[in-house]
Amino acid sequence: MVELEPDSATVARPRPWRSATRARAGSGRGAAGAVRARLRLVTAVTVLCVLTLAALSVPVLSAAPGTVDYQAIRLPPGPGHPFGTDTSGRDLFVRSLAGLRVSLLVAVVSTVVSTVLGTVVGALSGASGGWVDRLLMRLVDAVNAVPHLLLGIVIVALYQGTVLAVVLSIGLTHWATVARVVRSEVLGLRNRPYVDAAVSAGAGRWWVLRNHLLPAIVPQAALSAVLLVPHAVFHETALSFLGLGLPPHLASIGNILSDGREGVLLGAWWIVAFPAGLLVATTLSVSGIAAAWRDRTIPTRRSELTL
Amino acid sequence: MGAVVERRGLDAAEVRTRSRAPAGRARTRAVAGLVVRRLVLAVPVLLLVSFAVFLLAAASPFDPIHQYYGVQIFDASAADVARVRQQLDLDRPVLVRFWDWLSGILSGDLGTSRSMRAPVADVLARRLPWTLLLTCCGLALAVVFSLVIGTVAAWRQGGWTDRLITALGHALEGIPPFVVALLAIALFSLGLGWLPVAGLTDAGSSLGPGQVLEHLVLPAAVLGLSQAPWLVLHVRQSLLAAFTEDHVTGARARGLRERVVVARHALPTALLPFVTLIGARIPELVTGAVLVEEVFSWPGVASAVVTAAKAADYPLLAILTLLATAAVLLGSLLADVAAVLLDPRVSADG
Repeated sequence: MVELEPDSATVARPRPWRSATRARAGSGRGAAGAVRARLRLVTAVTVLCVLTLAALSVPVLSAAPGTVDYQAIRLPPGPGHPFGTDTSGRDLFVRSLAGLRVSLLVAVVSTVVSTVLGTVVGALSGASGGWVDRLLMRLVDAVNAVPHLLLGIVIVALYQGTVLAVVLSIGLTHWATVARVVRSEVLGLRNRPYVDAAVSAGAGRWWVLRNHLLPAIVPQAALSAVLLVPHAVFHETALSFLGLGLPPHLASIGNILSDGREGVLLGAWWIVAFPAGLLVATTLSVSGIAAAWRDRTIPTRRSELTL
Repeated sequence: MGAVVERRGLDAAEVRTRSRAPAGRARTRAVAGLVVRRLVLAVPVLLLVSFAVFLLAAASPFDPIHQYYGVQIFDASAADVARVRQQLDLDRPVLVRFWDWLSGILSGDLGTSRSMRAPVADVLARRLPWTLLLTCCGLALAVVFSLVIGTVAAWRQGGWTDRLITALGHALEGIPPFVVALLAIALFSLGLGWLPVAGLTDAGSSLGPGQVLEHLVLPAAVLGLSQAPWLVLHVRQSLLAAFTEDHVTGARARGLRERVVVARHALPTALLPFVTLIGARIPELVTGAVLVEEVFSWPGVASAVVTAAKAADYPLLAILTLLATAAVLLGSLLADVAAVLLDPRVSADG
């Protein structure tokens, strides 16, 4: 990929064309841009907090979550059911929030798996150099060359219908990006004077790795972990939607959408629209927070949201 | 792995003037070298991927014999089951099976798909053209759409069109393709009744270009739309960068028309990273194809992945994984070749 130079990617530089007459909304880093960015961050944090709280509390608080009621199948959104009901007459509001909880939990656990794996591989690769580095980087290339969802499907086919399979299939396919980031960070750190000082003072490879390199890559690794969460949510829902993910009795957003497939053909669009809306709101707020964090830690380059 | 772009002004100028006469032949040789190097590198990657799939298959607790027999396994005698196991090569160690499979592939025998109950080669021959049709149409739609929309957004930067496009792009990045597909079915097929819901032809009608085209519109549009946000935002971003470059300022100073400046001076500089990006998006295109084919019951190879996975049909799954990996490698190779051919400043050392 061709990286844009940092200064040409920022749009703050005074431009001879059009910029003299019109302020650049949302893209400048002047006072208005800062206010807008702060507003966006606050919105993202608020939305995420509200959704997480709702996902944690509503399914517990509601009287009988997931009660099947064949008197009330496919009711459109209305007073009793804010999101309507699904093909089995279950209240979609409660079910979607329960599903959001499951999806987020699976996504976070698999993100942790792949971040740990990626950090270990990346740190090992960057700190060792030589043939270990080359071998591990070829492995990273190979993993990156297989479309993630496809590799995930192959792994899920191992232990069909278990939570572990989904966690492994997401965790084992997404560590490669983290490994790349961590490796380049380690490579950058290796030439720092304090590392040189430690090495000349007789510190061993592992000591340097543990005391100087690992603490320094934690922020980068954590940032890539947060960036991974929306992607992991997408993969969980996609796998469950295809009928390969979580067992059907576990309400995840993917399972609900999978049920909603028939619902849509029968005209019940709300079975898809509302759970998907919750999903999109969650992933967008997570990636909004991650983008703000990245802008703060790497301030020379304005980021676009990436999922 | 990407081709390295040298963007230093003096270097570029020097390369351009120096390599005026023999440029054609040197360029051809550079491209040929790039292709050969990438093909050599692809072999270990493909081997590694296929071996990994076989290891995963061997570790699976799911016994393919159950898939072969279905419920009838309870009526089958132990001797029969053992004979079928032997026929399906299920009782031999994984390394032996991998070696057999590999030598089979090299001699043109792709094995037999258990879930489709047909030779893998037949399954591919029947399904691959439909997938190629769908993905090519989807990608073409996405590219054209994002070039137009991205240019409009960059041109009207900061205005309400730009803000709307950027906001929609970020929102669409977060919506999974299958949700877009389901909502598109709800709106265009069921709500408005313009297009068929799914499949390749209407029930009972024969396969013809008109039927296929009618059924292709919605899946291809959804696939294109699911890839578009990244491309649109990228085109916008690199056009914005291009607008600040000196030759664009120069063109403006000479009083050229706005349309000429954008289309002939700014856009070509922005196109090079765009080509690289398209090559890098092939994995996402495959992911999108799996989901879109599944929702629209499109009879391609991508939806066969799901069928094969549900039945633990590893001969088919391994080939399809290899095929997707090869597509990804080929995509990045084509993008890099295009970059080398389009821009003389790019060095072909990837």
